[in-house]
Amino acid sequence: MSTTYLEAIREGLWEEMERDPNVFLLGEDIGVYGGAFKVTAGFFEHFGEKRVVDTPISEAAIVGAAIGAGFMGLRPVAEMQFADFISCGFDQIVNFAAKCRYRWNAPVPIVVRAPSGGGIHGGPYHSQNPEMWFVKTPGLKVVAPATAYDAKGLIKSAIRDNDPVIFFEHKGLYRRIKEDLPTEDYTVPIGKAKVVREGRDLSIVPYGAMVWVALEVADKLAAEGASVEVVDLRTLLPLDRDTVCASVRKTSKVLLVHEDTRTAGMAGELAISITESVFEYLDGPILRVTAPDTPVPYSPPLEDAFLPNTAKVLEKARWLWKY
Amino acid sequence: MSAVHIARPGRHTKKAAAPDPQAELAHKCLYYMLLMREVEDRIERKLYRQGKIMGGVYVGRGQEAIPVGTALLARPEDVLFPCHRDMAVFFIRGVPLGRIFAQYMGRVDGLTRGREGNMHMGDLKLNIVSIISALAATVPVAAGAAMALRYQGKDGVCFSYFGDGATSRGDWHEGVNLATVQKAPVIFICNNNQYAYSTPLNLQMACANVADRGAAYNMPAEIVDGNDVFAVHEATKRALEHARSGRGPYLLECKTFRMTGHSAHDAAHYVPPGMFDEWGKLDPITRLQAEMLENGWAAQEDLDAVRARIQQEIDEAVAWAEKSPFPDPATLLDDVYESQTPQHGA
Repeated sequence: MSTTYLEAIREGLWEEMERDPNVFLLGEDIGVYGGAFKVTAGFFEHFGEKRVVDTPISEAAIVGAAIGAGFMGLRPVAEMQFADFISCGFDQIVNFAAKCRYRWNAPVPIVVRAPSGGGIHGGPYHSQNPEMWFVKTPGLKVVAPATAYDAKGLIKSAIRDNDPVIFFEHKGLYRRIKEDLPTEDYTVPIGKAKVVREGRDLSIVPYGAMVWVALEVADKLAAEGASVEVVDLRTLLPLDRDTVCASVRKTSKVLLVHEDTRTAGMAGELAISITESVFEYLDGPILRVTAPDTPVPYSPPLEDAFLPNTAKVLEKARWLWKY
Repeated sequence: MSAVHIARPGRHTKKAAAPDPQAELAHKCLYYMLLMREVEDRIERKLYRQGKIMGGVYVGRGQEAIPVGTALLARPEDVLFPCHRDMAVFFIRGVPLGRIFAQYMGRVDGLTRGREGNMHMGDLKLNIVSIISALAATVPVAAGAAMALRYQGKDGVCFSYFGDGATSRGDWHEGVNLATVQKAPVIFICNNNQYAYSTPLNLQMACANVADRGAAYNMPAEIVDGNDVFAVHEATKRALEHARSGRGPYLLECKTFRMTGHSAHDAAHYVPPGMFDEWGKLDPITRLQAEMLENGWAAQEDLDAVRARIQQEIDEAVAWAEKSPFPDPATLLDDVYESQTPQHGA
């Protein structure tokens, strides 16, 4: 039976809670209501109020309480209702959780789930991709799965990890994609990118929802005779530069794609990393397709113009292939 | 603005026949309060000025009764969240003095191995959680730790320490709100020393007392003479009884005065003339010693002996800390994560 991206996250959470009594959930409206996106629907009834904690509207308290519970040996999974609200808990994440192990050897085994991304006409405060705020913070791990398989495997790895993990789940993928998942327990390692399509002529490196755009572009270019490789980053911190650079060594051309805005986005970091490691393999400029440097607009024509899409990526990819 | 004078309670004045538990408590309190005073004096007035301690130095001079009166009641399963003027918490929990000096001097034997300075230290094995510089950030963390203690069926209580200024921050309100909604076992201990850096209370909050904030959270709150260690100790018992019995958080506002600037580099010119003198008369150590002499719990030579013993302990600890090496720069990248990755820092 096929499992959606949302169901995959739910299954991962559920199975980890069954496996380990120290795992518990906290967040806004996650209990009786089952969460704004219903990721935790049914959890309250099954696991009870002790393990599914409805909190006040207090992101700093949610993250802070998760940190405190983590110190005591529990494995909290905190839900931000939308990734956009994670800024309200920012200090707890970047100044508290991220630095405790380095400062005083105190592990912070927490997961902060953050439903992110646009394409749902949510406007400036229900659509953002704030991952780079956290990628700039040593001590955090940041993941952004694109598939149902990876979403389930990564949420499990995140819960079992002894460092704080920010789990960006793309809202636009929640119910849009599905696949058959293994029935047995599995995890996906944090810190490992994945070549999701092999190719020889050009590498496209996306993450999150843009992986599906890149795969569509690869299909279209295949019809034109190009062999496109797609590398799904999956984890943004620690960044798997090796897998990206290996792909560039193979194809000699690379297009970086993200839904996040342009300046100081992941593409910039990848471009310099590629230049540092495999410059001599390049047969063309490193290019990027990203959202522009604006807030995420609400009205459909504006949001469509904002978001990278197949047409925009195809144009750049084709140009680079022919370069 | 004048010093807040609080009527001394009438208890503890009876002449006691040995062994008097109150006398024993007095000796214990005196030792830790004096140790804190002398350790911080050594840090601020000697080692810092000698350049052996770098960065910022913050002391709790005149406020020693608060960490001592509270933390002496902590059980091993209780979790303590000291703030930056609560040095005695570390002594009471058994952190060796030498490691504290090593911490301040940036040596590998400090609690943070040179990654952090001054009071920014903790030890999870001793159930002490480190502050971060954004004060009040530990308040929601304490709430979560308290929820975890209950989750685990333990009857521990979290001791959440902060100053008056911290109660202006959103983290404080979010943390207290969550803790009270959850009826989590936390006691909130406010060191109200009347200044947040240079900002006096009346520019910090519109209410007269931090304790007034308790009502907004349906949380019992009491005002305590923070310069009377017995008063702090008694109030802490009440707070702990409340929190341990499952009735939720309890707020203690310990009124005191910061007998220094905010930090070693702050001469506190903004404090109105006379306030240091006025509050100096209420010094918690002087008061405790007078009470001990008056009650026959100690003779002057006993008090002198305590002071001499402490000086010797400090001399030995400083010598030990100075022998501790500075951290090896090759360890710079260690411990950002549990398992380092090849990419990290490359």
